[in-house]
Amino acid sequence: MNSLTHPLTHLVNLASPLTIQGYIDQGGYKGAEKAIKENSPAEVLEIVKASGLKGRGGAGFPTGMKWSFVPQYSEDDERSKDNKYLVCNADEMEPGTFKDRLILEGAPHQLIEAMIIAAYTIGANKAYIFLRGEYHLAAKRLQIAIDEAYQASWLGNNIQKSNFQLDLYLHTSAGRYICGEETALINALEGKRANPRAKPPFPQVAGLFGKPTIVNNVETLCNLPHILKNGTDWFKQISPDSDAGTKIYGACGRIQNPGLWELPMGATIGQVLNVHAGGMAEGLKLKGLLPGGASTDFLMPEHLDVPMDYDSIAKAGSRLGTGGLIVLDDKNCPVAMVLNLLQFFAQESCGWCTPCRDGTPWAVELLSRIERGKGTLADIDSLLNLCDFMWIGKTHCALAPGAVEPLKSALRYFNDDFVQHIELGCCPYHGVQ
Amino acid sequence: MMIDIINDVKPHYSQYLSDDEKSQIDHEASILETREAAGIEALKVVQSFRGWISDDSLLAIAQYLKMTSAELEGVATFYNLIYRQPVGKNVIHLCDSVSCHLTGYSEILSTIKQHLAIDYGQTTTDGLFTLLSNACLGGCDKSPVMMVGKVHYEYLTKSKVIDILETIKANSKSNDLSKTQGVE
Repeated sequence: MNSLTHPLTHLVNLASPLTIQGYIDQGGYKGAEKAIKENSPAEVLEIVKASGLKGRGGAGFPTGMKWSFVPQYSEDDERSKDNKYLVCNADEMEPGTFKDRLILEGAPHQLIEAMIIAAYTIGANKAYIFLRGEYHLAAKRLQIAIDEAYQASWLGNNIQKSNFQLDLYLHTSAGRYICGEETALINALEGKRANPRAKPPFPQVAGLFGKPTIVNNVETLCNLPHILKNGTDWFKQISPDSDAGTKIYGACGRIQNPGLWELPMGATIGQVLNVHAGGMAEGLKLKGLLPGGASTDFLMPEHLDVPMDYDSIAKAGSRLGTGGLIVLDDKNCPVAMVLNLLQFFAQESCGWCTPCRDGTPWAVELLSRIERGKGTLADIDSLLNLCDFMWIGKTHCALAPGAVEPLKSALRYFNDDFVQHIELGCCPYHGVQ
Repeated sequence: MMIDIINDVKPHYSQYLSDDEKSQIDHEASILETREAAGIEALKVVQSFRGWISDDSLLAIAQYLKMTSAELEGVATFYNLIYRQPVGKNVIHLCDSVSCHLTGYSEILSTIKQHLAIDYGQTTTDGLFTLLSNACLGGCDKSPVMMVGKVHYEYLTKSKVIDILETIKANSKSNDLSKTQGVE
C-alpha cells in the first residue's frame, strides 16, 4: 500500500491522523505546492480535465468540466472582483455509504490540501467544508487540521508566499439527507431550509450568496493532490478501465467482512463482494444488491462480473452512485428492504414538489400493506405507476427518482416475492424482520 | 408550537441570550456573508447551552440575527438535529436506515423501547434519555449503530445496548462518558 497504488487511503490513520508535520513528511502539500507555485489556474484546470477525474459523490460528472463553467472575467470587468466559493460536500448521508467518513477522520490534511488546489483553480478565496452534523469526530479533527494549516501558512493570506489567499471554514450541518443535493446544500449554508433550487442558473454561475460556486464531494477533491503530484498519465493508468483513478468501494449487509477498500476504478462487483468482503455470512446466499447506495437500482447475482465503473454499471441497468454495495441476503425480505428504503426517502423528502412529497409516502403505504400481507395485485400496478410519476423530469430534484431506482428494479427482479406476500397473506420471511 | 405574534412584533429578548451564546453566534455570523445565514449555527449554539430550542430561545435568536421568527421557525423545524421540544439529558439517535435494517435494527429498537419504557419521540420519566431515529449514521460496516449525544456506538446487540444505556445512566450523574465504549 503506497501513494501510487492507494493514493486516497495510504495516509489514513483512524486512531490518530497525521499532524500537519507528519503529513508533510509523507509528501503532503506537495500537490498544492505544485499547483500554486508552478502552474497558473488555467493550467491546473487543464491537468484536472486531462486526468479524466469524475465526481465521486454519485453523479459522476467530469470534475474539470464542472470547474470550467465558472465564469472567468478579465481584470477590467467589474464582476472579476466578485467572490467565488468552493464548497466541499461532506454531507455523506446516502444509506450504505461511509467512505468519506474514512478519509475525513483518517486524513483531514489531505482534504485541506485538495481544497487549496481546487480553490486556486477556480479563483475562490473562501471555501467551506459542509459536514453532516453527526460526524462529530471528523468535525473535531478537521478543525484541528484547519488551525494547523493556518499556522503553517497553508491557509490564510499569501499562502506559502504565493500571493494566493484562501480562508477555509468548517460548517457542521443539522441533519437532513437533502442537504447533499448541491443547491439544497447551498441553501443550508445560507441558513435557509434545504430545498433544492431550480436550475438554471447552475451554482457554477450563481450559487452561494448568488456568486459562482463549485460544490465537490470529499472523495473527488481528495484525488487532486495526487493528480498534481503524480501526473495525469499515472492517474489514468491506475485503472485498466475507461474511467481513471481509484475508487473507495464499500460493502455492507450480512456479509463476512463489511468494510471499505480503495481499488483501481473498475473492480468487479464480485471482486469487492467475494474477495474483499469475504462473501456472504455463514449460511446465507446472495439475493441481490444495490451497487452504489440506497438510490441505485438493484443488481443480481448474475451481475457479479460487472466492473464497478460508471459506464459498465449503467449498462447493467443501475448506477455506480457512491460505490458502496448494500447486500441483500436470501433470509432478508426484499419487500421489507424496499419498504425501509422508501421510508427513508419519504422521511427525507424536503416537501417542495408534489410527486416526491406525496409519492414517496404513498409508496410506503402500499409497500407496508404488501409486507403485512394485506396487499393486492393492484397495489403492484399502483407502485409501478408511482415509479412513473416520480421519475426524472416530473420532480424538482433527483431525490424521488433516486427512490424509484431501487423500487422499480425490486418490482422487476423480486416480482415473485411481492406476489407471494399477496397470495400468502403474510410475509414469507417471517421471523427475520 | 405557536409563536405569540404580539410579543414577536414587540420583542423584549435583548437580555435573553448569554454573552457566551452571543459571542459564539457572532463568530459564526462573521464567517458568512449575512447575519441570517448563521441561523442554523445559532440554533445549534443555543441548543448546546440549553438542551433544546424553546419558543423564547427562537424569538431571541431571531431578534439577535435581525430576521423574522417565522423564517427561523421554518429553519428550526426543517432540521432534525434541532430539538423544538424538551429532550432528556442523553438523546439517543438510533440509525434506522438500510444496512442497520438488514443487520438487526428492529431487535435493537424493541430492546431500547422495552428497557427504557419509552417510544420514539418520548423521554424517560427521570429525564435521562430521549429516543429518536436517525437516517444513516455512516456506520454501515459496523451496523447496527446508534449515536447518543456526540458518541457513536457500533456492532450493537441486545445485551450490548442495555450495557451501554446502563453505563450512561450511571455516568450521567458524574457527567463522565469516558467509561462507555463508543467512539465520538
